[in-house]
Order: sequence, then structure tokens, then C-alpha cells
Amino acid sequence: MSPVQPLLQLEGISKHFGPVHALDRVDFAVGAGEVVGLVGDNGAGKSTLVKAIAGINAPDSGKILFEGQEVSISKPQDATNLGIATVYQDLALCDNLDVVANLFLGSEERLGGPGLVTRQLDEVAMENRAADLLSNLAVTIPSLRSEVGTLSGGQRQQVAVARSLLGDPKIVMLDEPTAALGVPQTKQVLALIKRLKERGLGVVVISHNLADVFEVCDRIFVLRLGRPSGDFSSTEVTEEHVVAAITGLGNNVGARAEVAEDKAEAVDGGTEGEKA
Amino acid sequence: MSATPAPTSPQAPDAEEKTKLDPRQAIRRIVQGDLSSVRVILGLVLIAIIFQVQESRFLSAENLTNLMLQITTIGLISVGIVYVLLLGEIDLSVGAVSGLAGAVMVVLNVKHGWNPYLAIAAAVAVGAAIGCAQGFLFSKFIVPSFVVTLAGLLTWQGALLQVLGKTGSLNVTDSKITGLANIFYSTTAGWIIAIVALVAYGLILGIGFRRRVAAGLSENNPLPQIFRFVLVAVVVIGAVAILNSDRGVPLAVLILLGFVIGMEFVVQKTKFGRHVFAVGGNDEAARRAGVRVNAVRVAVFSISGAMAAVGGVMAASRLFAVNQNSGGNELLLLAIAGPVIAGTSLFGGRGSVWTALLGALVIGSISNGMDLLGLASPIKYMVTGGVLLLAVLVDAVAKNQRQSSGRV
Repeated sequence: MSPVQPLLQLEGISKHFGPVHALDRVDFAVGAGEVVGLVGDNGAGKSTLVKAIAGINAPDSGKILFEGQEVSISKPQDATNLGIATVYQDLALCDNLDVVANLFLGSEERLGGPGLVTRQLDEVAMENRAADLLSNLAVTIPSLRSEVGTLSGGQRQQVAVARSLLGDPKIVMLDEPTAALGVPQTKQVLALIKRLKERGLGVVVISHNLADVFEVCDRIFVLRLGRPSGDFSSTEVTEEHVVAAITGLGNNVGARAEVAEDKAEAVDGGTEGEKA
Repeated sequence: MSATPAPTSPQAPDAEEKTKLDPRQAIRRIVQGDLSSVRVILGLVLIAIIFQVQESRFLSAENLTNLMLQITTIGLISVGIVYVLLLGEIDLSVGAVSGLAGAVMVVLNVKHGWNPYLAIAAAVAVGAAIGCAQGFLFSKFIVPSFVVTLAGLLTWQGALLQVLGKTGSLNVTDSKITGLANIFYSTTAGWIIAIVALVAYGLILGIGFRRRVAAGLSENNPLPQIFRFVLVAVVVIGAVAILNSDRGVPLAVLILLGFVIGMEFVVQKTKFGRHVFAVGGNDEAARRAGVRVNAVRVAVFSISGAMAAVGGVMAASRLFAVNQNSGGNELLLLAIAGPVIAGTSLFGGRGSVWTALLGALVIGSISNGMDLLGLASPIKYMVTGGVLLLAVLVDAVAKNQRQSSGRV
């Protein structure tokens, strides 16, 4: 299963908002070249866990180990500096800027010269690097100079993922990367996740779509009401087991039919919840 | 299971659309606003034809020179407004700030005997400081910029009356200040300026093109660049020829063009400009990408205040005076309407500083033409209002069509 020394290891992470235990003593790990699916019903704590790792909401207690060293991640910059990149569901792209401008937003390359403001952007260097990066990832877009708003959902998602790779991260976390995508676009994004794995990155994928999770993930980590309720190798577990862990009806064989219904609900409710 | 990285994949219909641009598509693009500046230039030509038919003095060298002088104040204020519009915000204080800045300059120069350049610098600093304060209040306390700058409008109008004191009007006598709007260069100087500008433009185009070709990003086909250069050369040479046949190239026009080109450079070619577009397009995305969103906002409102002050200085120079009406009347609304007419979006993230110049030209030529025809103020206001409405409607239709064809 996971390698000897996980890239990122969380031990006993807890986080509560008022009386609500969003995360309750969660242990979690990702290794290099490993894709971990993070699944669970709405409110299970998936997003809270990702936000804790990304430095948006620091956990109340627990240890975070990065490459074996204990680290503190209290703000997004800490996570970025460690090499943890996050691609949020709403993509955080500027529709009015072209692909190159979006890829380099916040880390623009500039020509030499005097002055803080007067130095020109090095469009040529940025376009070259963008072309290299996208062709390495086999991302297909009409033109590097097309506005991101004109791209399809799958292309936008791929640009967002490519963007996260510019800082040479070691771990990429993807929040619902295939939500609201059509079948061919979903395939493109899943293929991209596999290429991230081939590059030796640790990948965390939050998803409601178990078919996608089973397709790309090595390991499936299930949260339920803020507690870990399953950690499976995706080759050794059936979808039914995972659903049972998500809904908490795991050991009750008689409840199988109910589980299937709940799963449908969970998926429906999930997409609705994420849109809101 | 692997997606084919071939450029001809079915995911890339836009690519083919971009490469071959037949005339019908070009027309569709003009209508849909990809080339909104072309649309505005067509509008200008239409306005010129209409007025020229009714009054043959409209296109005379003298009147065109007057027109250029008339639009400098609005154009300069609009340069700052473009930045604010790119953020998706609005600055209603620019009219009042321009009046106040003009008054500050004149009072310092006339009543306190300050050096004229120092007085101008102080006026611009006052404008920038006001913009900075308004930008800070707006971004720090998350109050709508509309309200903050509306409060500013009232406050700075009051400050103008206070600064002017009991007399209510002050004349400008210093030749350094009045010269800003009243110096004309000789024929020779005009041509030298044109040649220097064109050589510089040609070099910039050529160097940029060679870099792109060397990096393998463009084909080695300089035709588009040559076409652009010829177009600009025709416009520059034509403009200088017209201005020379009257009083010569006015300093005021060079000041306006200098600010337009300089601020367009900043917004298109620098990191700061890129961040202005990003904040206007999606401020949350910009924040997550590490852009200091509030710093950008404060800087943009400071620019807006400073440009309003520059416009106020030019207005005082042109009228040889400041009075209680300085920066009042419809100046604010026209300065905002100009860039919008010329295609800068009110919703942020789309536009260019050139729209400040083009919009001022549209508004200026309508107003100038109606003055020549001797039309009364009521008609002028209504026609200008109609043009603004028409321009915004055309823009909205273009936007809807862009969206329905999948291009945001």
C-alpha cells in the first residue's frame, strides 16, 4: 500500500467549529506517486481536512509531518512553501485573462530593467514555459492566448491543475476535479491525474464520483462525520464496501439495499451541495 | 484511456476558427465586440460625416485643433477612470477632485507665490492622496466604491469652495501654467516629433517581433506588423499635417497622448497592469494566486485621483482660471461615459486606456459639432445622453452574442 515514508502524514488532526466536530482525531497520509481518493458524504469533513492541509483553516490539534519532519501550516503560504498545491473546485481562474496570464498569475516573469512598476512582463518566456508545461502534461487547448472564459470545463480544469504545477509542488490536492464535466472531459482530467502520479507527485482527490475514484486512485480514504471510517486499497475493495463506509451502514448485511439507495442520494445531494 | 494531444482533437474548434478569418467572420467580430475599437472608429467617421455635411467648418484644421484641445481634460480624467473601470469599480469623485486640484495649484501659485511646477506637483499629489484615501476606505472596510466616492464628490466640492475663499474665482497668470494648454509647436518641431515617435514605434514592433520569432512562438511573417506600422504612420502623419496647417502641434495633445500611451503600457505590459485585470476579472482568484488585491485597489484609486488632478490642472490652464464651477457640471459623467462608449466594460476586466482617448473624441466631436451648428444646451444634453445609451446597448448586445456563442 503506501510507501515506507509517506510524503505527508497527519496524526490526530481535530478541528471544531463551535460545538461541531468537523474533524475528530483523523490520521491521514499520502506518499509520493500515490493517488489518494478522499470521499465521504456532505459534511463529513473532506473540505475541512483539505483546508487544514492547505493552511486555510489551521487544525485545533494534531501533528502534520512533511517528509518526516513536523511542520506547522498556519497560512496558505506555508503550504505553498512546503510544496503543497491545491486546486479548488471553483478553479480560481480569471475568465478575462488568457491561458498564459492565468498560469503565471501572481508569479509573472519579467524582463530585466529598472523600476518596480516599469519592468515589462516577459511574455515570450512565459509563453514558452507554458507551452512546455502543457505539452508535458499532454493538455490540449486551442491556443495559449485564448481567454480562459472561452475554454470548455475540462480544459479549464486542466489549466487549473497545470497552474498548480508551476511552483514544482510535491503534493497536489484536487477538490472535485470532475464535478460538472462531461464524459470525454472527465477522461481528460483523469488522464491528467495519472500523469501527475507518473511524475512522482502525491495526489489527493476529493470526489463524489466513486467510478472516477476507483479509476485513478490507489487508495480510498473515507471520512464520516469527521471520523475516518475506512482506508482501502482501491484494487482490494468493492464499491459497495466504500459506500457502506461512507454511509455508516457497513456491517449490516441486511441493509445492502438501503445502502444502494443512500448512495444515489449521497451522489445527488453531493452535487447539489457543491453547487451551492 | 489517454487523451490525444493532437491539435486537431475535437476539443479545439476555436483553434480553427482563429487561424482563418474570412471577411464575414471579421464583420461578425466587429459586431460582437472583439474589435470594439474598430466599431468606435466607424462611429467617429459617421459623426464626422454627419456634421461635415451640415457644416463645412467641422473638418477644418482649425476646428479639429480646437476639438483636440477641448478633449484633453476629459481624456486625462478618463485615463484614470479606465483603471477604475478595469477593476469593476467606479469613481464618482474625479470631477470634484479635478476642480479641487486645479484650485490648489492656482491658490499656491497665485496667492502663495509657489513655483508653478511645484504648485502643479502639489495639486497632483493632493489628487493622488485623495484617491489613495478613498481606495483605502473602499478596500479596507468593504464599502461600495460608489458610496465612498459619492461622499468624496460632495466633500471635495466643499473643499473647492473653501480653498477658493470669498472671491469664488481666481485667474491664472503664470505663463508656465497657461502654456500647458496654449503652447503650439512649430511645423518643423511637429514633424520631428512625428518622426521620433514613428521610429520608436517601429523599433518596438520590430524588436518584439524578432524576439517572438527567435523563441519560435510566431511565424516569420512580418506582414501584420508592417500593416500595423503603416496604419499608425498614416494616422500620425495625417494628424501632424492637419495640426501643422493650423497653429501647430499643441503641447496639450502631446501630454494627453503621453499619458494614454504610458498608462496603456503599464496596464498591458507590466505585472501591476496584469494584476489590475486579474482583480477586475475574479478578485478571489487573484487573491489565491498571491496578488495583493487591496494594494492593487488602493493604487488604482490613487491613479484615478492623480489623473483627475492632471485633468484639473489642464482645465485651469485652458480657461486661464478656476472658479466654483471647476470640475462641476457634466465633466464627471462624460469622463466616465467616454471609455464606456469606446468599449471599456463597466463590469471590470475588459478594456484599454485607448478607450479614454477614443471616447473623449466621440463625446468631444458630438459636442463640438453641435456647438458649430449652434444647437441649444437642452438638445446637446439629450443627444449626448442618446449616444451613451446607444453605445451601452450595442455593448450589451455584443456581450450577449459573445456569451451565446460560448465566448465570455
